[in-house]
Amino acid sequence: MSTTEIIVRILLVLIVAPIVGCFFAGVDRKLSAKLQGRIGPRLRQPWYDFRKLMSKENLVVNKYQNLYILFYIIFIIVSLIMLFLEMDLLMIIFVYTIANVALILAAMSTGSPYSRIGASREAISMLAYEPILVFYIVGMYMLTGSFKISQLNGANAPLILYLPLVFISMLFIMSIKFKKSPFDFSSSHHAHQELVKGMFTDFSGPTMGIIEFAHWYEYVFLSGLMFIFWKQNFIMGTILSLFTFFFVIIVDNITARLSWEWMLKVTWTVIVGLSVVNILFLYLNNVKLV
Amino acid sequence: MAGVMSKSPWIVHMNCNSCNGCDIELLACLTPLYDAERLGVINIGTPKQADIMVITGSVNSKSIDVVLNTYNQMPEPKAVVAVGACACSGGIFHDCYNVLGGADKIIPVDVYVPGCCPKPETIMEGIAQAAGILDKKREDMKRK
Repeated sequence: MSTTEIIVRILLVLIVAPIVGCFFAGVDRKLSAKLQGRIGPRLRQPWYDFRKLMSKENLVVNKYQNLYILFYIIFIIVSLIMLFLEMDLLMIIFVYTIANVALILAAMSTGSPYSRIGASREAISMLAYEPILVFYIVGMYMLTGSFKISQLNGANAPLILYLPLVFISMLFIMSIKFKKSPFDFSSSHHAHQELVKGMFTDFSGPTMGIIEFAHWYEYVFLSGLMFIFWKQNFIMGTILSLFTFFFVIIVDNITARLSWEWMLKVTWTVIVGLSVVNILFLYLNNVKLV
Repeated sequence: MAGVMSKSPWIVHMNCNSCNGCDIELLACLTPLYDAERLGVINIGTPKQADIMVITGSVNSKSIDVVLNTYNQMPEPKAVVAVGACACSGGIFHDCYNVLGGADKIIPVDVYVPGCCPKPETIMEGIAQAAGILDKKREDMKRK
């Protein structure tokens, strides 16, 4: 990759990614409203919310909470840049995990019992989705012989062809990652509150705005993870990302919230089992894409 | 509606001993029939992210601390909407020994929505007016 291409891709992440993420968030709210038989907010509503939050007073409970949120957004952006530069997928997941741990620490540091329960539930959900991400990386390594995403450019078939069960597992954990029903127990979305606002109870004004902004990056990042399943073909990759996004929204609207025990049980048996079967198949047949 | 604040007024609902009539009407605003979210209104759980406090019920001596605590947790700029006759003036309970006679006795109320109970359309109009007041408060904050 030439220097100019690297600079172009970094600028793409810094400027275009939040716009796409904001658009995703707007479509999410509009589509959810349509599915519930409402008119719904304007498409630009997430942007209006962000602008309003940034112009409000910042009430701080613990001065470190802002520092942790800063870590959260920085590491989200870094992991997205690494994804766009087609670097080591294992490393990208590690950097992404640091961002999520920073968010959990931020919620823990505020001291409100609601955000504490939310933070511990988020830690449990990490326990549920991290193994699947690792299986995804292992599957990619077995097929291409490298952790680097750039290796996929030379592959003669898309990953989804040999990792269909891992793809289903990833679809499942995307509901956890997008913090959507049935797994929206760590930070309740609006209109169905259980823990007041879960992890984000004690964040206000600009800090909450930055969290929203980081979420837009996160939407793009998660879509990027699904894009890699068909990386050779841009259109098919985009279709996979969009399919995941709409799948998550529709599941969000047709299911009720479940308990974290249920999530842990299902992910560690059925979903991990699916991934293991897929990896075992690759191991026994010794399939190579490169 | 124009301006930064009025495009996404998030409300926190404060019930001070209401008979639940106003609360049901307020929640009706958020249902598909009236759909307050098309104006950007979200019923948020935490006062720390709210812009407008919607207060219902006859405020009494027991609820002073709770109302003040919730009000002080809201970041500036903020507005208060008193919904229902009880929150506006004490309503039929105004001469009870423990009723203060209106939410404005303890916190500054910006918009009064009278009625027992007010219709969802009226409540939404009150919230829309409070959103306009938020814009003005934001301008005042900038000038300071």
